[in-house]
Amino acid sequence: MADPRALARHARAYVDISALWVRAAMAYRASWWMLTIGGFLITGIDFVGIWILFHNVDALGGFTLQEVAFLYGGSGVAMALADLFVGRIERIGQMIRLGKLDQMMVRPVPLLVQVCADEFALRRIARVLQAALVLGWGCTYVDWTPSRALLTGVMIAAGTAIFFALFIGFACIQFWTTDSAEVANAFTYGGNTLTSYPLSVFPSEVVKGLTFFFPIAFVNWYPSLQVLGRDDPFGYPDWTQYLSPVVAVALVALALLVWRTGVRQYRSTGS
Amino acid sequence: MNGPGSLYVAIATRAFRRYSTYTGATVAGIFTNSVFGVISSFVLIAVWRANPDAGGYDTTDVVTYVWLGQAMIMTIALWGGGAPADLAARIKSGDVALDFYRPVGILGWYLAADVGRSAFHLLSRGLVPTLVGGLLFDLRYPSGPWVWMAFAASLPLALLVSFAIRFLLAMTAFWILDDQGATLLASAAAVFFSGLTVPLVLFPGWFGDLVRVLPWASYLQVPADVWLGQRSGWSAVAGLGLQAGWAAILLGACALLLRVAERRVVVQGG
Repeated sequence: MADPRALARHARAYVDISALWVRAAMAYRASWWMLTIGGFLITGIDFVGIWILFHNVDALGGFTLQEVAFLYGGSGVAMALADLFVGRIERIGQMIRLGKLDQMMVRPVPLLVQVCADEFALRRIARVLQAALVLGWGCTYVDWTPSRALLTGVMIAAGTAIFFALFIGFACIQFWTTDSAEVANAFTYGGNTLTSYPLSVFPSEVVKGLTFFFPIAFVNWYPSLQVLGRDDPFGYPDWTQYLSPVVAVALVALALLVWRTGVRQYRSTGS
Repeated sequence: MNGPGSLYVAIATRAFRRYSTYTGATVAGIFTNSVFGVISSFVLIAVWRANPDAGGYDTTDVVTYVWLGQAMIMTIALWGGGAPADLAARIKSGDVALDFYRPVGILGWYLAADVGRSAFHLLSRGLVPTLVGGLLFDLRYPSGPWVWMAFAASLPLALLVSFAIRFLLAMTAFWILDDQGATLLASAAAVFFSGLTVPLVLFPGWFGDLVRVLPWASYLQVPADVWLGQRSGWSAVAGLGLQAGWAAILLGACALLLRVAERRVVVQGG
């Protein structure tokens, strides 16, 4: 795992497999464009919804529309990037049922790389773009300093890693029950929806849960408070605002451990 | 009972049983609906805290609306899917040719199957999240037998409108072979214009007036307004009329398009 040369080889395998799927999808070019534009619109609707909410109020949980755009965009870009690269793991239950996973196990490329690169869909880039646009608009209202710019970059990287961990960790449930893929959605897409809003709209017990037990608040909430120059409405100390990378590393390690356990105890469906 | 009626009942029963097989998926779905219900409730409570009578609702109304929305998602297959998705698959594989040979109308066959599916989803993914919502939040319930009856009429009408739209969409597979793009756009439209993301009462100006009479308003806004007592008396009748009108128009369009499609059916590779 720690060997950089092996990592580079795995990344290379990932790129090769996904390039294959991109070429395959491009064979139906009109359909690809329609799906890409559709993906852009469907995620864009979320933000139109927020914009309509702001037609009825001046602030949501004490945050302005531009500040919410920064939060929404930060979480959205992280989610969309993780979804683009590892989101396919959601289908692992289907791969198990179809016996595809067994085929993958005998190939000389790590299983996780194959599962994530399988049917790689470049059209999901539309979601990255949509969220980036909203984030960009939110950014124009930030009072920038070099450290805030750096923190924003770190936030996106850490947020992506956190969603990456959630996708992998919760998809592993399907090693045990192949037909409950939807539970993972509550944590991945649910986590994204949660962090699209200022956490100040939630009761303090919920925020405590999202900090200590299911630490999704580190995707964007804590670093954003620093970048936007806001005091923490719940009175958590300032250093929590720099903690996202630590949380991300811990969650990724945990997710990989769960993955390894899942694969170890996996028994083929026998069909 | 041995008429054509019993056949449709038989189809519906089989569909009900088919969906009830996947217990794991059902429990997972109920969990996910409940999580999203909690998130939306808190966000909208914050909106109503800042503007206590937005859209003519109070906080209890909007929280109830959120949970009714979660209950409707699978009951009317708001995102898409259900029996018409089976039809789309059969059009692509060519199996639809068999459907045309059956001594039963295709529209009636698939509608009966979708009703059976919907009945199962109402009892599982409709009722259970509503109970969860009722335990966690203060909800408003229909205020009397008339309101219950009006809601009981509004619910199947919502299903009919949604079925007709999904059926029309499935039939596009007769003309375009890859319907993924159209399906995606249709579910985006359904999510937004049904008021699942944001209640339609919050939509401003002429745009708000428009979205409240589009077919998708039948999905959630009208049944919810009937349930909440926002629509009572003639206003409730007008709401049910809107749903019935769209159901008639769209089912008529389904029947018409089906006749055109029947004439151009070519079994692929056959």
